[in-house]
Amino acid sequence: MSALRPLPRWADILLLPIINLVLAFVISGLVVLAIGQNPLAALEAIVGGAFGSGYNIGYTLYYSTNFIFTGLAVAVAAHAGLFNIGGNGQAYIAGLGVILVALPLQFLPWWVTFPIAILAGAAVGGFWAFIPGWLQAKRGSHVVITTIMFNFIAAAIMVYMVVNVLKPAGVLAPESAMIDPAGRMPKLGTFIPWFRNTDVNFTLLLALLCLVGVYVLVWHTRFGYTMRALGHNPTATTYAGISNSRTIMIVMTLSGALAGMVAVNQIVGVQYRLVLDYVADAGFVGIAVALMGRNHPIGILFAALLFGALYQGGNELQYVIPGLSKEMVVVIQALVILFTGAMEGMFRPGLQRAFMLFSPAQKAEAEARNVAKSES
Amino acid sequence: MASDTHTGNSSAQRPSGAAAASEFAIELIKINKSFGPVHANKDIDLAIRRGSVHGIVGENGAGKSTLMSILYGFYTADSGEIRVDGTPHSITDSRHALALGIGMVHQHFMLVDNFSILENVVLGVEDNALLGPSLTRARKELVRLAKEYRLDVDPDAIIEDVSVGTQQRVEILKALYRGAEVLILDEPTGVLTPSEADDLFRVLNELRDQGKTIILITHKLREIMAITDYVSVMRQGEMVATLKTADTNPGEIAELMVGRRVLLRVEKGPATPGEVFLSVENLVVKDDLGITRVKDVSFTVRSGEIVGIAGVAGNGQSELLESVSGMRDQSSGTVRLKGHPLSLEGDDGAHRAREAGLAHVPEDRQRMGLVTAFEEWENAILGYQGDDAYGKGWILDIDAARAIARQRIEQFDIRPANERLKTANFSGGNQQKIVLAREMSSNPDVLIVGQPTRGVDIGAIEFIHNQIIKMRDAGKAILLVSVELDEIRSLADRILVMFDGHIVGEADPATATEGELGLMMAGISDKTAAAPAVAEGKTK
Repeated sequence: MSALRPLPRWADILLLPIINLVLAFVISGLVVLAIGQNPLAALEAIVGGAFGSGYNIGYTLYYSTNFIFTGLAVAVAAHAGLFNIGGNGQAYIAGLGVILVALPLQFLPWWVTFPIAILAGAAVGGFWAFIPGWLQAKRGSHVVITTIMFNFIAAAIMVYMVVNVLKPAGVLAPESAMIDPAGRMPKLGTFIPWFRNTDVNFTLLLALLCLVGVYVLVWHTRFGYTMRALGHNPTATTYAGISNSRTIMIVMTLSGALAGMVAVNQIVGVQYRLVLDYVADAGFVGIAVALMGRNHPIGILFAALLFGALYQGGNELQYVIPGLSKEMVVVIQALVILFTGAMEGMFRPGLQRAFMLFSPAQKAEAEARNVAKSES
Repeated sequence: MASDTHTGNSSAQRPSGAAAASEFAIELIKINKSFGPVHANKDIDLAIRRGSVHGIVGENGAGKSTLMSILYGFYTADSGEIRVDGTPHSITDSRHALALGIGMVHQHFMLVDNFSILENVVLGVEDNALLGPSLTRARKELVRLAKEYRLDVDPDAIIEDVSVGTQQRVEILKALYRGAEVLILDEPTGVLTPSEADDLFRVLNELRDQGKTIILITHKLREIMAITDYVSVMRQGEMVATLKTADTNPGEIAELMVGRRVLLRVEKGPATPGEVFLSVENLVVKDDLGITRVKDVSFTVRSGEIVGIAGVAGNGQSELLESVSGMRDQSSGTVRLKGHPLSLEGDDGAHRAREAGLAHVPEDRQRMGLVTAFEEWENAILGYQGDDAYGKGWILDIDAARAIARQRIEQFDIRPANERLKTANFSGGNQQKIVLAREMSSNPDVLIVGQPTRGVDIGAIEFIHNQIIKMRDAGKAILLVSVELDEIRSLADRILVMFDGHIVGEADPATATEGELGLMMAGISDKTAAAPAVAEGKTK
């Protein structure tokens, strides 16, 4: 026996999450069993509901789009050592920016409105994260506290804005006016029949672009270098002459801007209007996505797909098996978060031992020892 | 490997005092340990006599810490046998080591800052859920230990309020309270002031006289000579010699450590000071708590000379370095580089200092000078990541950065020669070379160096000293701060002594005796009154 060696990279980013995931499903299965249902049927319903047809996949991708954005938002901040819990509020308030450009510009073709809406969402979401960033950089208020508080402020502002300002006269539901049908962005189903009647739209491509963008930013730019240095050792960045306060403010703004893209997906891509609570806690799921994806774009892509599948499959579950309510899906999601996020390292030591037993270096060493013994 | 374990009843097996079965407290027999391709310990044999102080010396990466970690149960040896009091044991973890009477005082203390000394001693060995009885018992025990070993501490003092020397004492008390018969101390004097170190040696002598066994890991040959009975020398994972300290000398030990004769004295020609490159005028600096640590300090450093600042740690040297290099805002005063005042305010002051031609090797390489989680090449550009050499515009040219890092690895003999290795995996001396290579390669006018050889092995010390002198001879102005008086005396062309935030005197290293400097560093002697005037007279 010797000291535990780090796992090979593929085991670290692939095998470990899969083991955790399997365990989460096994325990979920036990819960399903306990309430008198067949866990295999439930699993089939979830998987089928998420990937069973083009329709199901379309919806899975639609949910994943949101989770990619919020996962990236958390990851970008995490690389700089910041924990942005406010993705929800930033995604929510960004809707204000999006609707305020989308409605006046509804007479323009969608491909003109779309980029402008992206900029508006990024600006407002970014601004909403910039304030906590500024407070941390200049006043020392911790972003974890301030971003949580800003979630509540955002929720209150949005209710006020929708009900008192944006709601057209004569409409009962608390929602803004609809974007003119002529100015609406078509969904992907219009071009790809497979996805017909689903909500997946061009914002998915934006999400994929953001994945690449974040990868380049973090590992291939000077700014990415400084933010990673800050994340590991803020004293070293001060020594290096990198302004920590400036880095914190920029990173938080970027993080908020990424979260704000959820508003583009929802308003420009799906709802064509501003409704209440359209974020549906995607901001919080983003934390789990970033955790599970190890703050790496590739990991985030797969984690977002997983959570998208869980959301969509979970929605289907209640229709397929009436005994299982939507709450059951929340339990499964919670278990997945628990095992892949909070208890992510549980199997690491065991896996490291297992790997060392079977590693070629270890084998060669043991053989050499045996030879030495028999020779002496 | 578990077959030879005798864990069942280990503490009962431990013989006490004179009834010991063996004259050796610890015997290590043919210990082997590898980390991947690195063979950290090769067939190590070591016997530690009961009731002795046994020093273990070796360069960084020689395998001392690995060996002690095996003894203390952090690592398990790949092969070999550990005997405690003559009985073989397979030590599985540190709890097990403690049960066998082996205690360790780590280089970095493992104390809870806001607990009292008493609470720290009891932590982890409380008798039961109620704390009261344990504390009462511990208080009695502390009084007894204090009497027996002259280890006085105030049990109710809070850790963060007491000096580093006292904290170390608490670590020793913790080990003794847990019944340690063998104490391992890992580089114990690295964090101590000279007087605290003397105090530690007195305590160690006392412990030895009372029958305890001490294992002392250190770099400092002077400590080996001063305190140990036996000394074992390790080199590149092998045990090269175990000697009786009385029968050897520092030169012999140093030679065994590096495998060749090293010059403990630095060879350098006379300085040829030119124009004033760095001038500090009436500098006042506060620390994080708002306490003024640098009080109206003025001095100059000329091109082609090394000015050394001597002083006991904590007299304002750190704040002086941090301020001049732009890391810490100054309260008042001016820093000029070649006559131009530097603007160092804000948290990117160090960037402007670098741009003006001032490079800085910080006192604490791991906390400031490096991001240890980064790969080597990433640290090779820290502070210079915006330079044109490392890319165009926003993009970081990783290939260029790696190529330059490789070049420097060769130039500064950084080992292992792998720019993709995580910096934390380099030894202390090689980490220091990474920092030094980076700062020297920027071709600065002024180089500020803090504690250049702290925790660095002898071979690397020689290299680092020679590099600093090479910089001087190339016409750079060098400001050197070190708590090692030997280092200041052998490197500096002029010595300024700092005490309580003031520069209290200036000395010529060729003529000043250690005694004179020591008095100035202690802030006593009648020189204190006259000295500031002398120092200022020279700078103006």
